[in-house]
Amino acid sequence: MNAIADIFPNLMQGVGITIKVLLGSVILGYLIAFISGFCRLSRNPILRGFTRFYVEIFRGTSLIVQLFWFYYALPILFGIDIGSNYWAGVLAIALNYGAYMSEIVRGSILSVAKGQTEAATALNMSPFQRMRLVIFPQAVRMMLPEFGNYLIQMLKATSLVSLISMSDILYYGDILRSNNISQAPTIYFLILVFYFIMALPLIWLTRKMEKVSKKGVASQ
Amino acid sequence: MISNWQWDTFYDSFPIIIQGLGITLGLTIACYLFALIFGFVWPFLNQIPIKPLRWLFTWIMEFIRSTPPLVQLFFIFYALPMIPVIGFTLDPFTSAVLGLGIHFSTYIGEVYRSGIEGVDKGQWEAAKALNFSARQKWSKVILPQAIPPTIPMLGNYLIIMFKEVPLASSIGVAGILNLANSYGSANFRYLEPLTIVAILFLVLSYPSAILINKLERKMNRRFEKSEPTGSKPIEEVKGAVSQQ
Repeated sequence: MNAIADIFPNLMQGVGITIKVLLGSVILGYLIAFISGFCRLSRNPILRGFTRFYVEIFRGTSLIVQLFWFYYALPILFGIDIGSNYWAGVLAIALNYGAYMSEIVRGSILSVAKGQTEAATALNMSPFQRMRLVIFPQAVRMMLPEFGNYLIQMLKATSLVSLISMSDILYYGDILRSNNISQAPTIYFLILVFYFIMALPLIWLTRKMEKVSKKGVASQ
Repeated sequence: MISNWQWDTFYDSFPIIIQGLGITLGLTIACYLFALIFGFVWPFLNQIPIKPLRWLFTWIMEFIRSTPPLVQLFFIFYALPMIPVIGFTLDPFTSAVLGLGIHFSTYIGEVYRSGIEGVDKGQWEAAKALNFSARQKWSKVILPQAIPPTIPMLGNYLIIMFKEVPLASSIGVAGILNLANSYGSANFRYLEPLTIVAILFLVLSYPSAILINKLERKMNRRFEKSEPTGSKPIEEVKGAVSQQ
């Protein structure tokens, strides 16, 4: 018990960073997902091709590789500095999961029943009205359960930023471990519990979203 | 704009990184097989008739899948040798197989579960009516219908595993990412080796993703035709990082 009392406040120092990284990558990630999801559906072939290229690149390589690439390689390549390891981490996570989620956005919009589009056209709605008032509200409901799952995935992904020396929970845990190796089991178990506690509201949210999405969608 | 690219470094680091490719691929296969086998555990544990136990195992599974695999790797590599009762040391490769294998077995368990649930109720009843033994029921009726629709999803997990395996570089498995990083820190050039790693990942995972996509479509068509069996293709598996 004494050991936990020693370790706990140390790990708490990293919680803020973990949550900051999570918030940044969630907001940016969903933004990217919606933008690139819509771009994949656009009539403009250049826009479509470019987004497709982005999605395939980021889905085809591994997140940890992208993270290292953003942190170590990008500044050398373009001679620019992203500014901090915070932005390298957030950009890598958001671009990676944005690519996966854009497929969900695209798939959901495509799977809203055709009759809905036809009905909206029959009511003399403009394409923008059609999307805003009829298709999109239904599509969003279909996206919800997967979006919830990706929230948890992104929370798990934030642990990677400790590898580019951001002082998140795992980073403090590693410092503690190097000071006192025999404490390793307690330290890492506590870290796991920390992540689980942060994941619990997200798990609950995902279940709620699943329930919402089951109601009132006209799919084929 | 791209002025800092050095072809010398590129050619210099290429053979070093390729050395690690065998280990990365071997680790992928080992982790994947471990997850495939260990994945069978979860659907069984989640159906134990004793309620508190069932509840406990459901939460253990939830715990494993919603905490980062990186921390689990560290736990197995650094913490297991320090636990007094266990006290054995594992080499990085085995730790990675255990850590990533257990983590992904919870996902694969879900795939199995949804496969089994996809088998029509009438099939269970028919097997019962024919007085099949439990073994006959599973081997002749349930599994032949439950397994085929899960194959594309399981294929997906092979690719996902391949992309997660570089995590093991953080506990010192000398795969491609590890070698690229150590080349980078020795020569102060990270750009070229890391780009080689990214390209290797694209070259290996993209074609296989297309293949699995094709397989999925083929399976979907097959199961639409043989609808009376009641086997539905799995559209979504909870928590899966789907590949389109």
